[in-house]
Amino acid sequence: MDLFLNIVLGGLLIGGIYSLVAMGLSLQYGVARVLNIAHGEFLMFGAFITFWLQQNNVDPLLTIVIVGPFMFVVGFVLYRTIFTTIRLKSPNPGVFESNGLLAAFGIYLIVQNIARLVPDWGSTPHSYQYLASAVIIGGAPFQENRLVAAAFAVAVGIIFYIYIGRSRTGKAIRAAAQDASTAALMGVNISNTLALCFGFGAAMAGVAGSLISICYPINTVMGLQYTVIAIVVVTLGGLGSIPGSFIGGFILGVVGTAVSYTKWLGTDLAVPSYYLIFILLLLLRPKGLFGK
Amino acid sequence: MHLLEGNKLTINFGGLTAVSEVDFYVDKGEILGLIGPNGAGKTTLFNLISASLKPKSGTITFKGQNITGVKPYQVCRLGIARTFQTVKIFGNMTVLDNVRLAALFGDCKQPTEAQATKVALELLEFVGLTTAASLPARGLTLANQKRIEVARALAAQPELLLIDELMAGLNQTEITEAMELVRKIRDKGVTVIMIEHVMKAIMNVCDRIIVLNYGKKIAEGTPQEIANSKIVVEVYLGE
Amino acid sequence: MDFNRINWKKTFITAGIPLIILVVLAFFPLYGWQYGVTLFNHFLLFVILSVAWTIFSGTTGYISLATAAFFGIGIYAAALLYPSVGDRYPLYVVVLIGAGVSFVLAFIVGAITLRLRGIYFAMFTFGLVLFFREIIYWYEITVKGIRGRFVYQDPANVNNNVYYYLLVIMALTMLVAYLIKRSKYGLALQGIGENEEAAAHMGVNITMVKVLTYAVSASFMGAVGAVMATKWVYVDPGVAFNPMMSFSPVLMAIFGGFGSIYGPVIGAVIFSYIEEVLTTANWFGIDWTQFYKVIFGAILVATILFLPSGLVSLIQNVWRRVMGRRRASA
Repeated sequence: MDLFLNIVLGGLLIGGIYSLVAMGLSLQYGVARVLNIAHGEFLMFGAFITFWLQQNNVDPLLTIVIVGPFMFVVGFVLYRTIFTTIRLKSPNPGVFESNGLLAAFGIYLIVQNIARLVPDWGSTPHSYQYLASAVIIGGAPFQENRLVAAAFAVAVGIIFYIYIGRSRTGKAIRAAAQDASTAALMGVNISNTLALCFGFGAAMAGVAGSLISICYPINTVMGLQYTVIAIVVVTLGGLGSIPGSFIGGFILGVVGTAVSYTKWLGTDLAVPSYYLIFILLLLLRPKGLFGK
Repeated sequence: MHLLEGNKLTINFGGLTAVSEVDFYVDKGEILGLIGPNGAGKTTLFNLISASLKPKSGTITFKGQNITGVKPYQVCRLGIARTFQTVKIFGNMTVLDNVRLAALFGDCKQPTEAQATKVALELLEFVGLTTAASLPARGLTLANQKRIEVARALAAQPELLLIDELMAGLNQTEITEAMELVRKIRDKGVTVIMIEHVMKAIMNVCDRIIVLNYGKKIAEGTPQEIANSKIVVEVYLGE
Repeated sequence: MDFNRINWKKTFITAGIPLIILVVLAFFPLYGWQYGVTLFNHFLLFVILSVAWTIFSGTTGYISLATAAFFGIGIYAAALLYPSVGDRYPLYVVVLIGAGVSFVLAFIVGAITLRLRGIYFAMFTFGLVLFFREIIYWYEITVKGIRGRFVYQDPANVNNNVYYYLLVIMALTMLVAYLIKRSKYGLALQGIGENEEAAAHMGVNITMVKVLTYAVSASFMGAVGAVMATKWVYVDPGVAFNPMMSFSPVLMAIFGGFGSIYGPVIGAVIFSYIEEVLTTANWFGIDWTQFYKVIFGAILVATILFLPSGLVSLIQNVWRRVMGRRRASA
């Protein structure tokens, strides 16, 4: 029973972070129509900004207030300049999707290697201690930082979901997600709305990175695996469904933790197990849980 | 035996029933017209026949063989070809290559490159596009692009040709020429089902007409019968 | 049209010039210029990868980000079958096996993903490098306890050996690319790239054509991986499965322009030369190894923004404008 609790709770805790990362990617693809394979790099960047600020004695949780808006601006500017230009030059959505993907590939390389060039960051792992004391839940010990991180991740997700549902900008976003050209005709400033979504997605990635840095060691090449995880979660939840990504993140978190605990499988097989799920999805139900 | 027969074909998109329990048939050598208001399900019916979509229920029989659920490329090789409502030519290929591609792959007899080129050139002459053969297809007028589609479809040596709104956007002269083309296709031995909004063309060219509305078949008969049908007039004018 | 004259001129340009270049390249190592051979090895590697990538992704528009995955498979084929100690298969057999395994894996990947929209293909191929790396890492370290493998190398001849293998593979890759392009399958691939639905309705078995073409392009990547392993000698999952190997061919093909066969070649030569220069340079004491990657990323973004059809089409457009219109329009 102890082991089961460990796996489920541990899975939910990491799943909260997966959800946040996946929701960001889902926003970027579902609305802004860019498969941002540089997503993980934004996450890494957020993690390192928090790390750097923490080294200058700023409370890590407080850094989220800086990282979130900063990454939002980065994402917004990138989309408004690079991706909007590509979108306006593309004769049809299919071409935009391909070219956007390729541009994101370029950005992936740029962001990752700028990070590696920063003198202290380099390619070695870094970590720091924060809220590292253990909390006992149901007889199993969990690090306080993991609980806090998961709680924050879920909170950000819920706040965003409410924002989309209630606010005027949220309405514009939902309209743009359904049919961008019609929304434009209805007076929605499409270029800004799509860029807004991309910025939100980048902000979510950055915040997720900050939260990860609180719990785990970070390095400049950590981005790739989180992008891949986000991709699997988004497919599991259904392309274009943000609630789907939210739920999918938790599911994948539990699966990954279960695999990590299995004696002869171990942590190395977490990512391959996600890929197995990916393969099964593509074979049996490509549109995932809630996809359109 | 009918050349093509559809029995109780039904398909839904979410909550909308696009085609509902439609029965139809076409006999060899006929020109069958398919009309109805926008959104009636005409192109969806074509999509079902050409296997772009799979019906929720119902069957499609071609020459006695049940072809429900086969893949689009197989439908083509079996002898049914189609054109598209929104022209789907290969813009960056030459006009000749557009037709050659169909000749090479759509004909179940697997012609050689030389044979395919010959067939393609003949068909371009048939539709009147010989001078445009080496131009990129995207440079042609809409009317001519539709002719490329017809040539392309015929290159697969079909027994049945589905023509989707050949005359949309054409002027009076072009419409008359297109009507001639359809007759020439039938004279070649190809059975035709055509979706059309241009009434003059439908009434003059078709042997028989089927009328769809909201996914259901509401009338069937000769052009004379359809023109006199109260239901049809209501459907077209009563909106 | 004067049938005879046009045919000879065309034949000379398409077959004669490449043959001459091939012969010149073949005699290269005999002049003993070792740095040149090393440099050309670098060129040949990327020419092969870029052209192989273009065979599928350049025509159908389905962007494969898995070049590094198949390349790595080839490397591991050599690591397992051509080890520095123990029994070895002949190298050409190992190369063929590397190609074959990559073919099969790509076929499977294609069969799973190419029935669906292009975005699924891009997503799946993107993560494939990581997937292979982690699985092999688990197998090697957790199951077998091996920390890395060593490939056999004959140090006296390695540069020249690698050179000749790469030359042959490059010739084959370009020949296959050319033959496919000229055949009806080349037409079908172009049709799939322009309008997949229309191509399907014209009798093209689009799934089979895509999957087979993808498998063929991957087999060249596997072959060249097996050869490069003999040069690099030390192999572990991190070395073999390097995302940069997925990135570079894409950049080279797009910058060069994938409309023609020579586009990727030009892109490959330019960027592999820049990489070679920057990784061995020591200007201003900056570590260019990381910096060149930033530059490459920026160039890819710039190319997508300003030159999406690539260098070759730009040159063709300029040439056409300079020469004036030759053909009267109908």
